Order: sequence, then structure tokens, then C-alpha cells
Amino acid sequence: MSADAALLADVLARATARGATAADGFLIEEQSFSASVRLGQVDTVTHSREQRLALRVFAGRASAAASTSDLSRESLERVVDEATALARVTAEDPHAGLPDAAELIEHVPDLQLEDHEGPEPTPEDKIELARRAEAAALAADPRITNSEGAEYFDRRAHYAYATSHGFARGYSTSSFGLTVSPVAAKDGEMQRDVWYSYARRRRALEDAESIGRTAAARALRRLGARKVKTAEVPVIFDPDTAASLLRSIAGAASGPSLYRRASFLLERLGTRIAAPSVTIVDDGLLPGALGSRPFDGEGLATRRTVLVGEGKLESYLLDSYSARKLGLASTHHASRDGAGVSVGTTNLMLRPGTTSPQDLIGSVKSGFYVTELIGFGVNGVTGDYSRGAAGMWIEDGRLAFPVEEVTVAGNLLEMFDRIEGIGNDLVLRDRVAAPTLKIARMVVAGD
Amino acid sequence: MTENIARMPPERFFSERFDVTPSLMERLLGSNLAGRVDDADIYLEYRVNEELVLEENVVKKASRHVSQGAGVRAQSGARTGYAHTDDLALKNLEEAARQARAIADRSGGSGVVAVAGRGRPHDLYTLAEPPIVTELARKLDLLRRIDAACRAADPRVRQVIVSLTSEEVVMLIATASGWTVGDVRPLTRLNITAIAEDGGRREIGGFGGGGRVPFDFYLEADRWKRFATEAARQATLKLSAIDAPAGTMTVVLGPGWPGILLHEAIGHGLEGDFNRKGVSAFAGRLGQKVASELVTVVDDGTIANRRGSLNVDDEGTPTGRNVLIENGILRGYMQDRLNARLMGQAPTGNGRRESYAHPPMPRMTNTFMLAGQDDPREILKAVSRGLYAVNFGGGQVDITSGKFVFSASEAYLIEDGEITKPVKGATLIGNGPDALTRVSRVGYDLALDEGVGTCGKDGQSVPVGVGLPTIRLDGMTVGGTAV
Repeated sequence: MSADAALLADVLARATARGATAADGFLIEEQSFSASVRLGQVDTVTHSREQRLALRVFAGRASAAASTSDLSRESLERVVDEATALARVTAEDPHAGLPDAAELIEHVPDLQLEDHEGPEPTPEDKIELARRAEAAALAADPRITNSEGAEYFDRRAHYAYATSHGFARGYSTSSFGLTVSPVAAKDGEMQRDVWYSYARRRRALEDAESIGRTAAARALRRLGARKVKTAEVPVIFDPDTAASLLRSIAGAASGPSLYRRASFLLERLGTRIAAPSVTIVDDGLLPGALGSRPFDGEGLATRRTVLVGEGKLESYLLDSYSARKLGLASTHHASRDGAGVSVGTTNLMLRPGTTSPQDLIGSVKSGFYVTELIGFGVNGVTGDYSRGAAGMWIEDGRLAFPVEEVTVAGNLLEMFDRIEGIGNDLVLRDRVAAPTLKIARMVVAGD
Repeated sequence: MTENIARMPPERFFSERFDVTPSLMERLLGSNLAGRVDDADIYLEYRVNEELVLEENVVKKASRHVSQGAGVRAQSGARTGYAHTDDLALKNLEEAARQARAIADRSGGSGVVAVAGRGRPHDLYTLAEPPIVTELARKLDLLRRIDAACRAADPRVRQVIVSLTSEEVVMLIATASGWTVGDVRPLTRLNITAIAEDGGRREIGGFGGGGRVPFDFYLEADRWKRFATEAARQATLKLSAIDAPAGTMTVVLGPGWPGILLHEAIGHGLEGDFNRKGVSAFAGRLGQKVASELVTVVDDGTIANRRGSLNVDDEGTPTGRNVLIENGILRGYMQDRLNARLMGQAPTGNGRRESYAHPPMPRMTNTFMLAGQDDPREILKAVSRGLYAVNFGGGQVDITSGKFVFSASEAYLIEDGEITKPVKGATLIGNGPDALTRVSRVGYDLALDEGVGTCGKDGQSVPVGVGLPTIRLDGMTVGGTAV
């Protein structure tokens, strides 16, 4: 038995001895390194080692959770005692409990989530990668005059999960990232933008110079930005901003929002919620992808879930508790970030179309191409949507001038219904990804 | 069941529990770091957090989290080496110090010139009974009473979610200049979310408060009942709200929480790091006019029992009352030690971090505008058409371009000087260096928020406060859907 499994087994045995009728534990151990460089000089280098145990105990149908980063015997005993004591004061809940032991994953597939290629580069080599990325951005144009810096990070983690019915499995992951944030300036105006690459394998990171040049181009195209007049026009979301719309859909489709009746997708299962061209899939089994995991936070095997199929809401996103409350089966989306259990997606993607982004822009006489969104103006209960935006104005099918200090507003259900163009440019750069999306009309508020 | 960690001074707590004494911390700093760096420190933290959640009429979720760790930092010029560990064993602390120092070795540091700790720490939140130790039965009983009061406030309230968090952080920091200081920080927050339904329409509303206060804070003058009623009102009000207007108009902000405008529009832009790097829209503008002369803004970490207050910041510097803008003129930035040293300024007690796992950076504490002369009713009466916004969700700013947004959760149309219909989904957007030049009236009704703010920067969250009197802004852009 590995040290992790032994530690978890001890903790769960103590919980049972203290009167818990069932318990589960999730142990995360990670080591990370990050280095930032600004204007060619090292800025901050961080090393860390962390570990965290998240424990859930049941006393009949009542439950409580606890977590600790102190894995000493004394501390673990205290955590177990506190959690079992807490479980005695919470109310009975007929839907509480672990998943059936028979449903837990048996064989953990190798999803290629860990980089085994050696040798490990030195900290100097890693710093150099950030330096090269930033240097490429600074060299791209004389108007790139400053920088918020470039950052490299890597992280290796091991996850172990065990239940009081004897289940114990684990898996390891690695992740790497490189981001650059240059500042462009002209006539007293400053604009910052960012570009990045994340991957499970070091060698899958995008070339440092290419990240730097993309970041520079993004900052440069914002120079000279202005407000536009308030109007209702076609709006095109670039892939990164379109991905944020998927996150809002996933939030509304998640079990806790639904049983609390706090979702605009309530009672919409099986009905059309988007244009027929829209298919949204959450696929946690893609080899080597950032959001992949062999099993969820309750030991249930990861799947490929069609969330929206040709416009129709095909599935919610559920852990076992929210599934029982809704009279449905878990979709294996339990996530275990803190001590409790929540719902989280894996690799969430909108299926690409066949039109190039250039042709989508070309189809608009006068409209707005969105490249950045800020603020929190999304209401998950009603779908009402109003966020700050920056991007480019489209005139006669071409990107004409940069735009800032405006908002885009509508309602998410109407926006997904009004999707009239889907780009062919889906790239899984992060855990959530979308191609360029064209929405027939939204309100852009400015002057 | 609950250990009373607050009863012990931080020095004794860490030495009894983990065998880490101030002299050991000094030795780690001395043998590993002295003479090679400009500044260095070791930060120890122990945190206990308890959360109770009521939904569907019963308390179903209870959790308790413990985290502990040490962060070791070495600085040389503008470079920072930071290492943290959650295992306080000596060998891990030595390894962290070695990793932090590696950065300084690469640069050939100039020896310790760290700013010595100045002044005495404040005593802003010593509590007879910190919220983390209050017995569970009393907390559970309060959650049930809040649930009942919120539902009783309006029959259209269908769901109530109440959460109560109680936290205690013990920290101890030793710096290379020989200054060791600790702090014990209680914090509590009560949050009430109501979901109302009427016909086919559903809406969500919320209210809450807290601070570095005892549990009894919620019982004083039936504060809990006011919060519960207010959450119900926020949700039901929106059931009849109309779509927000879109376009440029006069905006009146109510007192208290709308001070989030200051936090987003100018606060972040006045943090030292962005200004040292020259990437803030306010960089190089000290002494210049950046706001209407009616506007004076301070950041004050020394107000007793407030959510954003600290006896010392997370670098050991006592907090202060720092004037950011005085009668419209930009007077000062908020600084941590690194940026103060590099800019030739004094630290202002604004060096904060989320936890031992994060290096400190300049952050706000309680940021607010001082009261003016105007009667709030007169301010409203003088507006022929505009938006009156009294509660907000979150906000965000692009520090470099200065553009900010914040979302109103409670707002009304102003028509001919009267508050008329409630509107939903209004987002305000503006330009930081320009927004406060549009302030044309300032009320005498300064209020601080109820104690719910959390600020995020570079992935680090810290509790903050804001405050504002009623103000009028001319020509703000409102991002609604009604053209």
C-alpha cells in the first residue's frame, strides 16, 4: 500500500471508529515552480510544496466536511474528530451519501496526464523561456514600450481518493504554462493584452517567441481604441470570449444551481435552448488534455457528456448528491477543490462549424468583434447578460478600428438562440474552448 | 471541541505548537540570507475556517478547514525569491530559505537595507469571544431564525440559502532588519441569498455583512433580521424590474457599498506595483488633478473591527490612514516594502497576501470618499433623467487602459427628480482617470459597507471594505438592453 493510501485508510478507519457510518477522503499533493521576468530581468521566482486532505464524513444521513494541510498524526486525528462532531449537529438529508460502491471505477485509464520526458530543466532554463517570450513581444514593434512581464510555471500533482467501503485509487498529473503581458503605447495612451499557452507536457507548449509575438499583436491592435454609439448590432465573440459563454451555460446546467432553482436552464432538459447548429460536449477522456481526469471527485469514471446536442439540452452536470435531489443519475462531474463536493466540467467544448473566422467577420456590415470581457454582469438565474467589452468595430466586413469602454448586453438564452455563425477555429487551449461565434444581434452600449 | 488559539500570543503559539521560535526565524534569515539580499522575511500562518450553510430550511453543510504554512522571501533589487511550504519542520524551512535565496545569489545583492519596522501595531480587533469559538448551537439557531425571517418577509421567497463563516488567522513575521511582529485576526461573514418566484419569473437577491467582530455583532439591534428582510427585498424587487437603459446618462450612487466605484475606478490604479512599473493609467501623475475638487479619497486600515482593517499588514508594517486623493489632487500611492523601496517612498501598510502561499503585494484595506456638503435628497431632486444605483455585485478594472465596469444589483430610474421604476441588469462602465472628474455633487451621508467585500488581484483574494456618500456623476455609460 502506498503512503497516500495508508494515510487515507488510517483517517477513514478513525472516522468509522468515531461513529461515522461512511466517509471519503481526497488527498492532493503538489509541487510547483513559477518564474516571472519583466523587461528582461527576473522579477519573482516561487517554489512551493503543498498537500491537502479533504475529508467528508456521514453520520447516517447527516454529513460534514473538513480539510487540513497539516498531515501530522495529531492534526489528522483532530480533523477527524471535528468532522464527526460536526456531522452530529447537521440535519438529516435523505439525499446525502456516497455513490454505490459498485459504481466506482475499477480500472484507472492512463490518460497521459503526466509528462515523463526528462531531464528536468534547471530553474535558469525555465526563466530563460519566460525571458525569450517577453523579448519577442518587446521586439515586435517600437510601440511595445513596457511590459507587465512574462511568467513560466510548472506543477506536478498527485491525487488519491479513498472511501470507507475500501475503494482506493489515484493518479498523477503535470501542467506547464507560459504567459506574456506586453504594454503598447502611443500618444499617451496605454494598452495591455496577454497571450498564453498551457499544456500537460512541457514539449507541447507553444513556442516562446510565437506567444510573445501574438501577445504584442493583441496589445498593438488595441491602440487608438474609442467608444462607439449605442446600437443593436451583430456581435462576434473571438474564441477566448466565446469560451466564457460556455462557462455560463455550464454553471446554469450544474446540479446545485438547479436544485436551488437558481438557473435559467431549470425544467429545460430535453428542450431546445440554442440554435440547431450548437452542440456542446464535455469530454473528460481526451488523452493529454488539460481538463481530463480518470475519475471524478467521488470515484466515478469520467465520461464524454453531450450537454447540448444540435440545440437541445441533452444533459445536466451532476454529482451524486444533486443527482439524487433531482431524481436523476450522476453524470460523474463531482469536483473536489475545497473540502466539500461541487460540480465541475472537464474539457468543455462547442463543436466547430465550417466557416472561417474571416468569413464570419466578412458577413457583417456594421458590428462588434469582441476580444475581451470584464466584470461580473451575468445573472445565472435569469440569463441576463451585461459585461464590459473591448475589441474591434466591423465595417463592411472588415475590422475597422479598436473599441473600448462599451458594454455588450442581452440574455444568454436569446444569445445562444441567435447564434448564426460558428467558426472552424476550435483549439483546446484551456479546459473550456469555443470557436469564433457570431450572434445575430446584441445591444452595444457606448455614447 | 474547539481549541482557543486566540488566547495565546502568536510567538508562543508557533513556538509551542511547531517549535518555531522568533530566534529560530532570525537564525534562518541570518545564516541564509544576511549580507546577500536587500530585504528578507519569514512569514508563519495558521488559519482555521468554519462554514455553516443552511438551505431548504435546515443546516445541511458544515465544514472546518485548517491550513498552516510558512513563506520565506528574499529580495534583491526588483527581484523576489519566494518559497513556501505547508510543513513547518525545520528542514523544510531551511530548504525554503535556500530556494528563496537562490534568486539573490544570481544577482549579487547589495546587503540588507530593509526598512525597519516603524511604529506600533494597532489593537483594532481584540475580542472577548472570537467568532470561531462561539458554540455551534448558537450559530445554528441564528441561521434557522434568519431563514424563517427571510421567508416571512415575502411569500414570493421560495428558496433561502444562509451561510455563516468564521475564521481566525494567527500570523507571525520576522524580517531581516530584526523586526518580529505577530497578529491574531478574527473574521466573520454572514451571507443570505433569497430566490423569489412569481408566475413564471424567478429572481435572486442577497444581502450580508460582518467584519472582525464577535458573533454577537449579528444580534445587536436585530441586525440579522434587517439582513434577512433586505435579502428578501432585493430578490422580490427585481421581479418587477424593467430592462436597464443603454447609453450615456447622469448616475447617482447611493451611500455605502457603491464605494466599489472607488475601488475599481481609482483604487487599483493607485497600487504601488503598477505605478513603479509604469503600467497604471495613473503612473507619474502624483500632484496632478485626477478628480473633481469635491473628491477626497482615503484608504484606511486602522478602523476598529472593519473587514478590511489590519493591526499590521502582512509584511509587519502597521497600517495607516493614507490620503490617496485630496480635493481632486492625486496625493499618494499604496505601498508594500518592495515597491516603496524601489520608488523611494515609505511603506504605507498596504503589503497584503492571501496566505503564506503567496508573496505580498500592494493592496487596499478600507477605501472610501469623505463626506461632502450636499443633502442626498437634493442631489436626487436635481436630476431630470438618470439612474440611481444603490447596490452592486462585482466590479473589475483594466489597470493599464483604466477602463472599469461594475454591475448594479439594485438600481432605479430617476425621472424628474423622483425615484421611479426598479431596473435590472445595469452595468456601469467608465475610465478610471476620468470617472471622478465627473463628480458634481457629494452628499453628507458617508457610510461604510456592511462588511462583505473580497478583492481579487493576480489570483490572490483578500477581505476589503469600501465606503461612499451619495454622489452624482455626470455622463456615465450604462450598459443595459433598452435602447
